[in-house]
Amino acid sequence: MPQNLQGECQPDGTNESTPKIQRIKITRPSEDSEKKIAVKRVKDVEVSVPIVYGTIAFWLGRKASETLSHKWTVYVRGATNEDLGVVIKRAVFQLHPSFNNPVRVVESPPFEISECGWGEFEIAISLFFHNDVCDKQLDLYHHLKLYSEEDSGPQSTKKPVVVETYNEIVFPEPPADFLARVQNHPAVVVPRLPATLSLPPAPVQEVHESGRGDTKDHMLSPWFVNFSEADELLKLAAARQQVQAHIMKLRRQLSMMDGMPQSLKPASG
Amino acid sequence: MDAKDILLGLPKPTTTPTPLGHQLLPLPADKKSRPPKESQRKPDGISREVYALTGGLAPLMPSVDVNHLKRRAQSENEKITWQWLPFTSSARKDNLQLYHWVRVVNGVPPSGDYSFAKYNKSVDVIKYTDDEYEKHLTDPMWTKEETDELFDLCERFDLRFIVIADRFPTSRTVEELKSRYYSVCRAILIARAPAPGDIAGHPLVKDPYNISQDVERKRALSMVLSQTKQQERRDAEVLAEAKRISEARKAAKGTDELEVPAMTDTVPDDNDGAAAAVDSLSPSPNAQFTSGAIAPPVSEIASTLASLRMMRVYLRTHALEQMVQAASSSAGLRTIKRVEQTLQDLGVNLKPKVPTKAVCAEHLELRKEILILLNLQKQLQYKEAEGSSYRDGLYAETPGTPPKRVQRAVEQDRTFVPDSFSFGGERMGKRDQKRKAPGRLLEGPPSPAQSKRPRKFKASDG
Repeated sequence: MPQNLQGECQPDGTNESTPKIQRIKITRPSEDSEKKIAVKRVKDVEVSVPIVYGTIAFWLGRKASETLSHKWTVYVRGATNEDLGVVIKRAVFQLHPSFNNPVRVVESPPFEISECGWGEFEIAISLFFHNDVCDKQLDLYHHLKLYSEEDSGPQSTKKPVVVETYNEIVFPEPPADFLARVQNHPAVVVPRLPATLSLPPAPVQEVHESGRGDTKDHMLSPWFVNFSEADELLKLAAARQQVQAHIMKLRRQLSMMDGMPQSLKPASG
Repeated sequence: MDAKDILLGLPKPTTTPTPLGHQLLPLPADKKSRPPKESQRKPDGISREVYALTGGLAPLMPSVDVNHLKRRAQSENEKITWQWLPFTSSARKDNLQLYHWVRVVNGVPPSGDYSFAKYNKSVDVIKYTDDEYEKHLTDPMWTKEETDELFDLCERFDLRFIVIADRFPTSRTVEELKSRYYSVCRAILIARAPAPGDIAGHPLVKDPYNISQDVERKRALSMVLSQTKQQERRDAEVLAEAKRISEARKAAKGTDELEVPAMTDTVPDDNDGAAAAVDSLSPSPNAQFTSGAIAPPVSEIASTLASLRMMRVYLRTHALEQMVQAASSSAGLRTIKRVEQTLQDLGVNLKPKVPTKAVCAEHLELRKEILILLNLQKQLQYKEAEGSSYRDGLYAETPGTPPKRVQRAVEQDRTFVPDSFSFGGERMGKRDQKRKAPGRLLEGPPSPAQSKRPRKFKASDG
């Protein structure tokens, strides 16, 4: 029998036919939230959002001056360039205080800021999620790089300095509403849901008025790095195999030593 | 010369001269003045205070004035004599005549029973009839003679089972005797009771003696008693971890959560693992920790998992950092550096470039396996050091294995030489170790610079 979450949660008495106990937990919101209603969370289902964040910086070439030598963009995008607006409500970029209005707020995807300048500094990025997702913000930090590390000669206006970092935003116990809304969205990784789980009906998705929030055809997309876990997984698997083989060898050696005749070994405890 | 000597040793012109002349002036015995201490007989060579620390010399003046003591009131009114008189005790059943000193007041000796007779208490051991035995008390493990003997001993020795066990003709353990005694008493009690309800509250009926539980309890106690310090420390660690975990869980339940009966699969398994290790008695944690390889710090990992769940949102890299920290919590800085070196040698990024869930899991497992590997290497080194030092006959001469151990660590820091995944490095280490050993030991421990640099292995050494 599917569990109906719209009203009260069923007590254990009605669960006898289902193999697993109900997976829904009711949460009272934290003190800073203004909502008084309880948030229903789904346990054992971890939702993750793969993101890439970083900077791309172009040398301005002939137009460069002492104070404005590069133009650069800092951004947060989906790792597969899908629309992050389904999860992120707003992104706040904290630039160097020497910039005008160093706190830049972006209310809709694509979440990015473009600027011109001459200096490298650390940018703080704060991600705020939609109300039904999470009331806590997530902070990222990225160091803006304007100059390439390789000693290739003069800078080129065509080849930017790209620094991207891959990461995943993890929601260990996502609210049921959020899960219902995004379970089929390409930007969000949702594991296979247990059969006993039933979610509230998903609200109709609104199309962003300002256009698409994805970055598939973004101007800078040619420079985006394609992060694939395959290489790393292969390397890790090979490394583990080696280590495991070495461990077995040592264990054999140790057990052989334990079997040595007593005359060669001092009596040890 | 002590200041006190000067002050008190010399005669003071203002006070009345005493017959003692230059001797110490007696001071009034009140708390404000300092009693003249050892100024005359203080030992030379150490200061007065130091000597006082050892107990020193007692003050020459009494601290309490004898006149201030209370006087015994009666001693002046009555005539007290002490006489050697015979007495009887109700505790004795025979007619033995004993004598003792008696305080006689005005010719009247004290009356009453011997004052210690009231302490002669004994246990009322149940007496059953043969009939009752036939009906209720037969037992395949016990003959009637044995049972009778048991009860007789119980009567004689007031249920001191250890003594009874000692004197019992056939060899029975204390627990067996107790079990038989209590079950007989219980059976008799039930049989003799007019209605079962009357004795339902009796302790023998409510909580009968459980022999297996008693045996287990004593065994556990003896294990706890014979724990080594190391085991005690480990148990304390596990207990502290379990406490932390339960507090983390309580915090989760307290703030914001109303738990509808739902169970998580992952976290409680680890938590229960740690809790079960704590709940059961000493044997299991000991078994867990004294196994050959170091078990990963389960409780540390479990509490990290729990705290990650508490966060509503986090980055995958943050989770990995926390888990790596938890897994390496039992390792020192040196070991962690060696883990990182090994990772580099294997061509693995210290922090994954593409931290997906799968990659992070593999990375963590790899780190744990490397820790196990390093631990095994260390064990091997210890064993070899023991074995080879004994064989070389230097066991008696050298203070111990530490110098050799450090040196060997230097040679074997690089197990995985990049681009040549052979185990040649380690094997050569063993052989060469023996060659170098005699010379090295006499040199003493290697210099710090040498031990810090992980050298690639060299076949010959200067």
